[in-house]
Parts: sequence; C-alpha cells; structure tokens
Amino acid sequence: MKVILDSEQIEQILNDLAGRIISESPRELDIAVIGIRSRGEVLAQRLSGRLSQQFGKNVPYGTLDITLYRDDLNSPQGTVQPQVRTTEISFDIDDKIIILVDDVLYTGRSARAAMDALIDLGRPRAIKLAVLVDRVGREFPIQADYAGYKSDAAPGQLVQVFLSESDGKEEVVLE
Amino acid sequence: MAIKRKSKQLKWRRKHLLGLRELNAEEITYILDTAKGFELISTRSVKKAPPLRGKVVVNLFFEDSTRTRNSFALAANRLSADVIEFTKKTSAVSKGETLLDTARNLEAMGIDIIVIRHSAGGAPKLLSRNINACVINAGDGFCEHPTQGLLDVYTIRKIKGTLDGLKIAIVGDIAHSRVARSDMWAMTKLGAEVIFVGPPTLMPTQVRRLPVSVSYSLDEVIEKVDVINMLRIQFERLGGNPFPSVREYSHYFGLTVERMKRAKPDILVMHPGPINRGLEMESEVADGRNSVILEQVTNGLAVRMAVLFLVNQAAAQGD
Amino acid sequence: MNSELLIKNGRVIDPANGVDTECDVLIIDDKIADVGKIEKPAQKVIDATGKLVTPGLIDIHVHFREPGDEEEETIASGSSAAVAAGFTSVVCMPNTKPPIENETDVEYIHRKARQARKTHVYTMGAITKKREGVELAEMGFMAEAGAVGFTDDGRGVQDQSVMLRALKYADMFDVIVAQHCQDNGFAGNGVMNAGYYSTILGLPGIDPLAEEAMLWRDIQLVKKTNVRYHALHISTSGSVELIRAAKKDSLPITCEVTPHHLLLTDECCAEYDTNYKVNPPLRSAKDIEALKEAVAEGLIDALVTDHAPHLQSEKELEFLAAPFGIASLECVLSLYVKALIEPGILAWPALIRLMAEKPAKIIGVDKGTLGVGKQADVTIIDPKAEYEIDVNKFRSKSKNCPYHGWKVTGMVEKTIVGGEIRYEA
Repeated sequence: MKVILDSEQIEQILNDLAGRIISESPRELDIAVIGIRSRGEVLAQRLSGRLSQQFGKNVPYGTLDITLYRDDLNSPQGTVQPQVRTTEISFDIDDKIIILVDDVLYTGRSARAAMDALIDLGRPRAIKLAVLVDRVGREFPIQADYAGYKSDAAPGQLVQVFLSESDGKEEVVLE
Repeated sequence: MAIKRKSKQLKWRRKHLLGLRELNAEEITYILDTAKGFELISTRSVKKAPPLRGKVVVNLFFEDSTRTRNSFALAANRLSADVIEFTKKTSAVSKGETLLDTARNLEAMGIDIIVIRHSAGGAPKLLSRNINACVINAGDGFCEHPTQGLLDVYTIRKIKGTLDGLKIAIVGDIAHSRVARSDMWAMTKLGAEVIFVGPPTLMPTQVRRLPVSVSYSLDEVIEKVDVINMLRIQFERLGGNPFPSVREYSHYFGLTVERMKRAKPDILVMHPGPINRGLEMESEVADGRNSVILEQVTNGLAVRMAVLFLVNQAAAQGD
Repeated sequence: MNSELLIKNGRVIDPANGVDTECDVLIIDDKIADVGKIEKPAQKVIDATGKLVTPGLIDIHVHFREPGDEEEETIASGSSAAVAAGFTSVVCMPNTKPPIENETDVEYIHRKARQARKTHVYTMGAITKKREGVELAEMGFMAEAGAVGFTDDGRGVQDQSVMLRALKYADMFDVIVAQHCQDNGFAGNGVMNAGYYSTILGLPGIDPLAEEAMLWRDIQLVKKTNVRYHALHISTSGSVELIRAAKKDSLPITCEVTPHHLLLTDECCAEYDTNYKVNPPLRSAKDIEALKEAVAEGLIDALVTDHAPHLQSEKELEFLAAPFGIASLECVLSLYVKALIEPGILAWPALIRLMAEKPAKIIGVDKGTLGVGKQADVTIIDPKAEYEIDVNKFRSKSKNCPYHGWKVTGMVEKTIVGGEIRYEA
C-alpha cells in the first residue's frame, strides 16, 4: 500500500481545481457544485466553499445519489450491494453551470450514471466534470474537465480516497 | 458537515415480500431507508428512473382495488418497468383456471414480478413456492398487506422521527383486517405499543395471544395515543351482523370532532382508505390538521418503489 | 384336499380371547383351525419368530371415492393400499358421487370389492337423501343389503329434529348411526382450527364448539332414544369430556380417533401446506393430550385412518380452496406406534383391541378375533422394523400425506384374508 497523496497535496489540488474553474467560468452565469455520493459530496462542499469565497457570491452545493442509474443493477454483484440513498439538491439546476464532482474518475460509468440522473432533474446550461484523481482505464468516452492527480494505476490495483469528514483521515492510497 | 460512516450494511436477499411477520426490525428499517431515496422521483419534473427498465411487472388482482393497484402500477412505471394489469374476479372456491395455472401461464410469457391481491390467505406464499418470478403481496385474505404496513410506519417515522415508545391505536374490524395485522407486526418490531380497539364481535378469537393490548372503548384510549389508525368497515366482508347498526358503531367507535378535542394535540390521524365519511370518522377530522391520510398515499408510492427495487435486486443477484 | 397354512412361533395377540402368548396358528382353507402349540407339519409354514400375529386389522373409516371420483382412488386401489397396510376389512364412507343411499349402491360397493379381491370391504349408507340432512334415506334396504352403519360423513346432520327421527328409525335395524359432528353455525367457512394460528395466518377458523355443540346435542338424543351411536373422528378435549360423561351414564355411545389428531397440531398449517388441511382440523397440543389420555383411559373405541385421497392438482391450491383430507392408510400402523406405543400409552394388545376387536363390534361383524372356527383374517406384524415413509411407494392413487419422510417403526409383513396371503412385504 502506498500513499500517493497526503493531506497537503489534496489541499493543493483542490485549490488548483477551484482556481481553474474560476478562471474559465463567466462571472455573470450561475454556477453550482454537485457531488456524487459519497465522497464526491465532501469534495463538493469544500469546492463550493472555495468558489463562493473567490466569486464573492454563494455557490451552492448538492448531493447526487446515482444508485438508481447504475448500469450494473440487474447483474449479480459481489459482496457489495448498492443502497439507495437520497439525492439532496435544494436548488434548481435549470440553466446553471453544474460542476459535477467525484473523488476518482476511472471507467467513466459513474459519471455517465450521474449525468443521466442530473438530466432527469432538469436542464443545466452545462455540466463540467471535476475529479480529485483521474486514473487510466476508461470504458466509456468520458473525460474530466478539471482533473487533479493523474494516476496510471494498473487495472487490478485500487485507488482509495480518504477524507477527514467521512473517514477521519486525509490521504489517497494505492493498493 | 459530518457524514455518517458507512456501517455494516444489510444485504437484502428476499426476492419476495409476502408479509411483515417474517421480517426483523433491521429489514423493515432498511426498506424505509430505501424508500426515502425514492421520494424525490415523485416530485421532480422527470418522474422516472431506470432501475427496472426492461422488467415486466404484473398486477394480478383477484379482488377489487383501484387504489392499491394504481399505486403499484405507478410505482412500477416510475422505475421504467412495463406493467400488465390482470384482474380476475373469483369467489373463494376457484372456478376454471387455478391460481397456479394462471401464474404459470403469465410466467411463460416472460414476467419478472407479480404483485398479487387475493382473497385467500397464503395465496402469495403458494405462488412464491411454485414460480420463479418475484412475488409481492398486495393483500391476501385477512392475513397481511405488507406495503400498507410499511407505508404506515414510514409516514409515522417521517413525522415523529421514530416509532420507539409511541402508543398507536388501530380501530375497527380487526378480525378481518390484514392492514391491522401488518401494522401490528411492523409497529411492534419498531418499538411501538399497539392497542386494538373495536367491539368484541370484531376482535380475532385469540387476540390475547398477539403482542397488542385490547380495548372495547375508543373514549378510554383516545387521550393516551400518539397515532390513531382508523380501519375501513368493509361491509362486503362482514358475515352475519357483528354490530346492530352503522349508527351504533359510529357512536362508539367513530372518530368525531368531539373525541379529537380530548386527543393529544399532535396526534396523527391515519386511514388506509377509502374512507366512509361519517362512519369511521367525521369529514372535519379526515380533512383536519392532524390527518396524514394523503401523506400516506404519497408515501405509499415511495415505499412501493423501494419494494419493487429491492425484490428485483435480490432476484438479479441470484439464489 | 384342504389347504393348510401354519404360522409358527409368533407372539399371538388376540384380545377378544384373552390371548397374548408365543404360540402357533393353524389355518385350514378359510378358517382358523387351531391356536396353540401345534407340532404337526402343514402344507405351508410361515415362521413368525419375533413377529406379532394378530386378528386382521379393521379400519372402519375410509374414503375410496368410488363411484364418482375414481381418479382419486377406487375400491381396487384403496383396498390394495389397505391390505398392504395390514387391514383385512375396511368400511367405506358413503359420501361418494352419487352417495350410497339405497341397496343397489351398497351392492355396487360389495361387487367392486369382490372383483378387487383384496380386503373385505363394507360400506356405511347415508342417513339422509343426498346427505342433505332433510329426508331420511332408505335405511331398511341398505341394512338388508349389508350396510354396517349410517352416516352423512363429510357433513353433520344440522337439523336436530331430523337427527332425532333418524335415530328413532334406525332403532328398527341393529345398525349403528355415526355422526361427523360439525355444527355449521359455529364452523362457518372455516378451514383450520380457530386459534392463534388461524388468526395470524388470516384464515377463517373452525371453532371446537362446532364439534362439541353437535356432540352434546346428539348425546341428549341418544339419552332419549337409547339407539347405538358412534362419534366419528373426535378431535377436541371438550369432546373427550362429553364422551367421558356419556360413558359414565352407560349410554350406547362409541367413538374413534385418527392418527393426525394424535400427532399434529394446527401449527403445522403455518406454511399453508394443504397436506395439513383436514376436517376436523388439526387442533392444539392441549387437545392432543386430552385425546391421548382418553385412549389410555379406554374411552376411545376405535383407531381409524379417515383415509381421504386427493390428487396433487386438487391440493395444489390456496389453503382456502383446497379440499380437506389426509391419505395415510399405508403408514397408519407405524403412526399409531409412534403416537401410542412408543410413549407408553398403550401396549400392543390394547392397540390391537382398538384396531380389530372393538371396531368389529361397532360395525357388528363377526371379525377381529382369532377364535377357532372364525374367518382366517390374520395380520403378521414386525413391531421392530424401522423404515422411512415414502409416499411415492404408496399403492393408493393419491399421495396427499404429510408424513412423507418420517422415520417410523412397525411394519406389516403379511396380510391374510380368508386364509389367502393377499399381501407379503
């Protein structure tokens, strides 16, 4: 097991992502951050805080549960069974630029499911994907607009993100 | 913002929902938690999600029921399933095609989930033993009506936060009520105290052996309870005449404005519907501020979506 | 040349003649020629060492479904099953389609039995026409044709005035009147015992009162008429109390019990398995206790089967809709061993009494004994043989039996009817 990102590096990446989002987003347009459960929501909260500060106006954040949109629901799982949780988005997503946030972008299936879920909730002006870790191994033609750390971990390896709000520690490890 | 750690999760293995008696508190809570995740679908503009896309759900109803049937049909549609309606009126003695033959024929056409309502207790169980599709009990005789029990406790939990320690009265024809039985199992397992209220002629013979208390007086009970569930007097089911007149029944067991004055101010008034206005309760009570009858209907959709989702999951994961 | 059959060294149990000893039985042609230590050789010898040699068992309550439901059972298949179970005589119930209600119907049964050549088959006749409980059936003609009892079994005679009239009329013929005690007002449309289980399973219940109310009523009528009366398949502790009081008053009342009412409770219905749906229904543990005490006390006069065959397709319905009935003819001896011998409630001689001697007296036939000169109906039993009940091996056409897979003791080795070995294990 190897630690590939420590808490300082994570902090740095988030600041960097926030900076890039700000520089590319027109000030006059509404922007919101939505995190994919469950670590995506932590990152979304943190990002929205940084964006709100920089923009000087409130950039809201919400949480998206993608269980109902997964493409593996009707096939035998392994030991993990997806539990349906709640989607909590208290604002209207119509006409907003939505920054979709997840901890790891890997096959691209979660992002695909998230986009389908989002579109059933309304019609955003644009969706941009922001991830903490971008690893190789896409199975779908999906790319991150704002990628943090680029990992070339092999298919059998696991990239695991730990965040203090959800896991009590702050690091990204490669197993 | 504190995020709850993912505790060791229940793995839902049941591909049938036949009754609440055989579920434990953990399983019931799991269904309620899952239902929470489905609430949003009914309120947003696109009222559909894809988990049951390509699946076929059959509403196999041998008893009249527009409301439960529509609720299940809508729930299945919201999950992108295809729904077949199959209503058949039979008397208790099967005439013509047997229940199993009907089910097997449907199965041969390729269906995934059967939602069955039947006048014979145990009919869903008979199906579950003999066919491969998932079976959901929408009411069997006077045995159970599990989704009604679930939506009832869901409604209570949503408003009161928990059922633990609550006193709940269920009033009416308990002897012939599957809703009373399902409610009893769900509520007691979640920690509530249940009181059956009604005339002695409408109590089941061995009611003292059930995990409930019994009262023949609504007046005595009304001040003490946090929730009151008024059951429908089903004239079509009553054999003989267990009470002399409708007038006398509503005098003793009707939920009147007068009785509500003596109830706790935050009491929840529930009813599985359809209401016989003026019989089980006065109109003002049905429409009053303590009534959660319409919420029950809304919650019923979320609960049924959750149940359809879960049994389908269990089936997909194989035996 | 006379045919000889010598059964040697068995434990001969003949309660009617007070015999329970190791000795031999000699059969010549179709009669019992001698019982005792027999040294002279014979044509055919059966070594019955370690086995019981008893009068042929008699089941006075079976349903062979002929005429009308021959796909469920016929007299041929039913009596094949019976003879393999150690019975040399059976009594059919008249609730066939059409019911047995005149002399031609009775003769039909007898003829079919003769053709089958397995056991002796007797029949009861209906008390009322079509078993409707309104008009009396032709008891006289049926009695003359050889009917051994009258009953509307499957139903009880609801109208008390009709039952009184039936008892009075039956007084002319020395034929017993038997009742399936079920007051429909109390039974309603019940399908199992009214109790905790019927409540949580959501099924309508048959209150014990349904049986006890009619039994009580009939006992009053017997007090008035003093006609011989037999209570079929009693199932409740309340019925036991009524019988106890009636016998204390020396009323001419007998009664019988089935193995399922000694072995199974209503809890068995919890999975809605219709193999446990029977009428009278399976009752509570308390009722089983009372019935077992009644057997020990000598209150019960006959152990029967109430063999009620049904096809799988008929039983494969919702519990509410499935027909009542358990078909247990072929394993019944081992069931009574389990219910009564193993727990020490009865010893073998007492059991044989209730399965041969007393049933014969109830139906008024000269059987159930191994007396010299009597018809050679003999059953040879291995009391220690253990086996597992397998419904697929049953000779009966129907397999609706809840005892499949039970490990039991007590097997029939040979059944001899009228001097002929009609069954060998």
